[in-house]
Parts: sequence; C-alpha cells; structure tokens
Amino acid sequence: MAIPALSIRGLTKVYGNGFHALKGIDLDVQQGDFFALLGPNGAGKSTTLGVVCSLVQKSAGQISIFGIDTDRDFARAKYHLGVVPQEFNFNQFEKVIDIVLAQAGYYGMSRSEALPRAKRLLGDLGLWDKREGSARMLSGGMKRRLMIARALMHRPKLLILDEPTAGVDIELRRSMWEYLRRINREEGTTIILTTHYLEEAESLCRNVAIINHGEIIRNTSVRALLTELDTETFLFDLADPLDAVPQIEGFEVQQVDNAQLAVAVHRGQRLNDIFAALGEQGIQVVSMRNRANRLEEMFVTMVEQGNAELDRAAAAAEARA
Amino acid sequence: MNPMQIAIALWTLVHKEIKRFTRIWPQTLLPPSITMTMYFIIFGNLIGSRIGDMDGFSYMDFIVPGLIMMAVITNSYSNVASSFFSNKFQRSIEEMMVSPMPNWVILAGFVLGGMARGLGVGLIVTIVSLFFTRISMAHPFLTIFVVVLTSALFSIGGFINALLADKFDDISIVPTFILTPLTYLGGVFYSISMLPALWQGVSMLNPILYMVNVFRYGFLGVSDIPVGWALSAIVAFIIVLFGIALWMLDHGKGIRS
Repeated sequence: MAIPALSIRGLTKVYGNGFHALKGIDLDVQQGDFFALLGPNGAGKSTTLGVVCSLVQKSAGQISIFGIDTDRDFARAKYHLGVVPQEFNFNQFEKVIDIVLAQAGYYGMSRSEALPRAKRLLGDLGLWDKREGSARMLSGGMKRRLMIARALMHRPKLLILDEPTAGVDIELRRSMWEYLRRINREEGTTIILTTHYLEEAESLCRNVAIINHGEIIRNTSVRALLTELDTETFLFDLADPLDAVPQIEGFEVQQVDNAQLAVAVHRGQRLNDIFAALGEQGIQVVSMRNRANRLEEMFVTMVEQGNAELDRAAAAAEARA
Repeated sequence: MNPMQIAIALWTLVHKEIKRFTRIWPQTLLPPSITMTMYFIIFGNLIGSRIGDMDGFSYMDFIVPGLIMMAVITNSYSNVASSFFSNKFQRSIEEMMVSPMPNWVILAGFVLGGMARGLGVGLIVTIVSLFFTRISMAHPFLTIFVVVLTSALFSIGGFINALLADKFDDISIVPTFILTPLTYLGGVFYSISMLPALWQGVSMLNPILYMVNVFRYGFLGVSDIPVGWALSAIVAFIIVLFGIALWMLDHGKGIRS
C-alpha cells in the first residue's frame, strides 16, 4: 500500500486552560483521496488541522506527511502541504499578486518560476484581473479563492481546506467545488476539507472522518456511511391543503404544514407504498425531496448518539461520586 | 531548504518589508524628517547659539550624531514592532509559519527590514542636517559600523516586543516609557561630563549612552566612554537578544497556541 498522504497517531492537544481538544486521535488519509473531516463546532477539526500545519503545538502524538515525520523534518514535510484556513489570514493592504508571489518566495521559488504559476492560478480562479488591486477590495468569495491560489503556488501534494466555502454564495461554491474536483482528479492533489455543509462533503469526498469531543467517532467511506443510514425523512408537497394527517400503514407521518407532509422511511421500506397509499386517499403529490441531505442526517444521528453517551457517562460518574 | 531557496525566502521577506514602509512613507519616512528638522532649527540654531561649545564643538555639531542615532533607534524599533505585530494581528504571520522557511530567516527578514527603515531615516536626517552644518567624519567606518549594529539591536528589540504583545497598546509602551526617556538621557543633547558624579554613574547604566557616544566618536573623534568597551557591549546585546528572539520563535511564544 502506498504511503499515506497524512498519517496521525495518538494526537493529543491539551490547551493551557486544561481543555482536552484532542484525545489521542488516529487518522490516515491516502494519497489522491478527497477526504472530509466533519464534526460540530468545537469538536477538534480545526485543532487537528492546525497541528498538521504547525500553527498549533501538539501535546503528544505523531504526524507524518507523505511518510515524513514532522518531528524529524517538518520543513521538508511542509513542501507537500498547502493550507487554506478558515479565516482570512493575508495582509489586507497588499496587492493580490504580491500576496501569492510572496508565498511562493517563502517556499524558495524564484520570481521567474512563480510569476507564470501565479498567472495560471489567479486566472483559473478568476482573479487575474484583480491582481493589481488591494486584497481588502475583494469580495468574500474572491478572498477565499485568493487563499486557494496562494496555497497552491508551491504545487503541494496535500491541500488542507478549513471550511473553504463558508459564507460563499451557491454559484460560487459550486464553481469552487468544480475547481477542487479538477485538481484532485487531474493533478492528483490529495484534499482534506472540513465543512459544515454536509452536502459539500457528500458531493466531493470519497472518505470521511467524524470527530466529536476530540475523538474520531467514525472513519470510513462516504458510500459505506450512507448505507448505514437507517432512516431518511422525505418531504411531500401536496397539491391541496389537508385538514388531518393521513395514516399510511408502516410509516411515521407528520404534517409540516397543511400542504406538506414529512414521512420517515426506514431501510427496506419502499417509496412506492407511500405514493400508493396517498393516491388511495385522493392526495396528490406535486413534489418530493429529502428533509436533510443524507450525510447530514447520518452525521446528526451519530453526533447526537455520541453526546447522549457522554451525558450518560457524566451522570453515572456524578452518581458514583 | 537549500541555500538558494533560503536566499530567495529571505529576500522575499526583506523586499516585502521595504515595500511596506515605503508604500506608507507619509507615516514612516516623512514624520522623522520633519521632527528632526525642528530639533535642528530650535535646539541647534536658536537655542544652540546661546549654549556655546560642547566638548569643544559647536552645539549644532554636537547634537547632529545624537539626533541621527535617535532617529535610527526609534525607527528600527518601531518598524519591526508594528510590522510584526500587524502580521500577528491580521494572522498573515501564518503564511510564514506554514512555509518551510526556518525561524532564523523569519527573524532575520524582519530585522533587516527594520534596519532598512532605521538606516534609511538616518540617512534622511543626515541629509537634512547638511542644511544646518557641515558634517565631517573622524572615523567613517566606525560610524557606519556602529549605526548598523545599533539598528540591528533595536530591530531585534522591536521583534521581541511584537512577539510578546497582545494588543496594539503593547507595542507603544516600550517606545514611549522606556526607549524615549533612555534616548533623551543617553547624551543626545548634552555631555555626561556636565552631570554630577552620581548621575554620571547612573547614566553609565543606560545602554543608549554607549551607542550615541560611539557614534559621536565616529563623527567628532570625542567620546565620554571607552569605544572598544561600548562596541563589545552592543555586539553582546545583539547576540543575546537574537538568541532570545529565536528561542521564542522556536517555542511558538506569542504566535502558536
């Protein structure tokens, strides 16, 4: 098996105030993968990526980037790493072109090598026309694309994106998805992203890890995770308003409003049975959709289960005390 | 990184720093020129003519080296303190931290940037002083050597200040409450031989006194203190402060959680 692009073993982070942000996590991301690291706010996603990028100091554990132990030679490992952080972290008063060229310089790229690269990346990301403008004049979406261009200047083999599409409108988000897919597919860049848009993870990523309370609670392929989904909730928009909730044998039906029903469908049940039952009762359906994205439904279930287990453990510990 | 890559990274950082302070020249280069012109007119010309000679030189000639040194010290320090803290504040320091650039290159880049501004302003003040007096240098190489060392020393000081700073107020405390009083009491405007013995002894504890005096020695050939001793002290300060700054960077003090 090829060396993983990223390998994490026993990664622990305890902040100065005693907060255990990471509790010994293990994680492997294979070369060429498109990987999602998911978790609720404060779960440890950004801390994990911060340690990988050297922005956060670990308390214990080992990290290897393309087989290079970061404790032994972080500088060499960093050549393989491109980072797009969650918050804008460039000098807002600098010109767009200066920001990307300076980043290339920090990696030891000469200006003659960096300039064509900058032209290509800024062009691909729709920023070449803005190159002489100050970064603070860019829109939020442009600033995010600038950070992607900057991170790719030195041709990293592993690109880490911490919520890259936060606050970006749908059209732009989809064009960024397409760009990331392209560099993953055509250039073989391994991509790790965190996101709160589960649709994004489902659409882009092949593998996923879910982190909660500083622990990896699941690490599998997106496809495998979705097959475990026990229940999906579908919303049915009706042609005519209803006065009462219709009964459908074997299904849990709720009325969202008088023209919309929510039906929970367990694994093995068929949607045809719902349509048939509604048809028999003279109810016309005009459209149907998932209440939540499938991965989102799975994610919420797992996180809630994890939180409930923690609450039970805390209650038991309190009772013992 | 190989030596060529290190050279490119260092030049990138230095170039960026120079570009930064030249872009905002009305804030960085113009004010010290105007302030020093005022000093030359008021202290050198108007009041100086009534003071008479100082250590055998006209008062104007006496204060020129001190004023140049004062400009170099404050500008070297404040350039690095404000630039590095601004990078911390805007988190653009992360651009450097995620790169393979060694910490000593980051430190050297900011220090060289601070020196570029400090020495640049020093040059401007020197040019301004030519409108008021004729400058001759008794020891030109020593003059240049000591001003370069002093600029390096205070640039490193500004870097440490910025590392420790949590807010913008923190980078103005040292210049306002420590640097300025020490500079004014460092023999810029007077010879410490004018002071009572007790205060001469107290003045000897002020490191800026040594720099001003050695610099003045380079211009006029007179100094209140032994030149060799002063140079050794400046070099020792540079080595110690550079070591402290590098240790802080290596351990992520003020920049890594």
